Amino acid sequence: MNAELASESAARRVALARPWRARLVLVLGPAVSCAGVVWAVVQPWRITLLEPSAQSFWWLLSEPPLYVVLVGLLFRFVVAPGLVDDLEDR
Amino acid sequence: MVHWWFATGFLGLGVLLLGRAIVGEEVWNRRPWRRYLWPSLIFVMGVFMWPVMTFFTSSAIHMLAHGAWAQALMLAGAAELALARGKVSSRAWRLTTSLAMLVSGAAFLVHEQQAWLFSRAAFLHHALGWTLVAGAVFPILQYVRPRSVTASAGFATVLLVVALLLFCDRDTAAIFGHLSVYAGTPHR
Repeated sequence: MNAELASESAARRVALARPWRARLVLVLGPAVSCAGVVWAVVQPWRITLLEPSAQSFWWLLSEPPLYVVLVGLLFRFVVAPGLVDDLEDR
Repeated sequence: MVHWWFATGFLGLGVLLLGRAIVGEEVWNRRPWRRYLWPSLIFVMGVFMWPVMTFFTSSAIHMLAHGAWAQALMLAGAAELALARGKVSSRAWRLTTSLAMLVSGAAFLVHEQQAWLFSRAAFLHHALGWTLVAGAVFPILQYVRPRSVTASAGFATVLLVVALLLFCDRDTAAIFGHLSVYAGTPHR
């Protein structure tokens, strides 16, 4: 239990010690994804999957708010981790 | 719907370049795959613009505009890929991005026949055109001052604005509550 607490506290210290550039990189993807979620809530009719029977294939493929969410997630999980590692190694 | 696919491409480009502006070129280029990421994306978008030109345009002027965008995107992507690979060394090749933005902006402005407030599509064509023409200053600034954060962040911001405008694109929807009676049936 103590070891677990110590490791959590160490992880928190590492996160706090991160340079602001690293934090900005880490927050960029989630910010973009959040924008996509907000768009989906404000204009739910843009997500044709919610009413699939009335749509053709191409309109079902076009889900702009979900594209925005996807871009944010891809940046966060594919690009950002390597960038933060390289920033901290510098 | 094609506009939204390209909007997604520009959003990806903008986010990648904003990340690059935040960490700096040195850190960004530390991993070889990352160096090729955004130039490849531009080039691929140029390749995909050709089928759009062929199958999704309804008039000669639209076809010419899409052809111009395809060539401009491929030229900018190829020049940046060559720089990333080391096939060319002069930083002046960066100016091809600026040229591509000027040509693309001009294509938007020339092929839109209506005034700004005719419809949402007309408004967005004007807005996109002038955004690209004005934004072409940032690659020039990057050439003159390669380490400038303002230049790299400005370039990324221009691409994010282009993405936003493309996501807003609808055929004949109203803009600011106004829609010309000659524009046709309004869309949402």
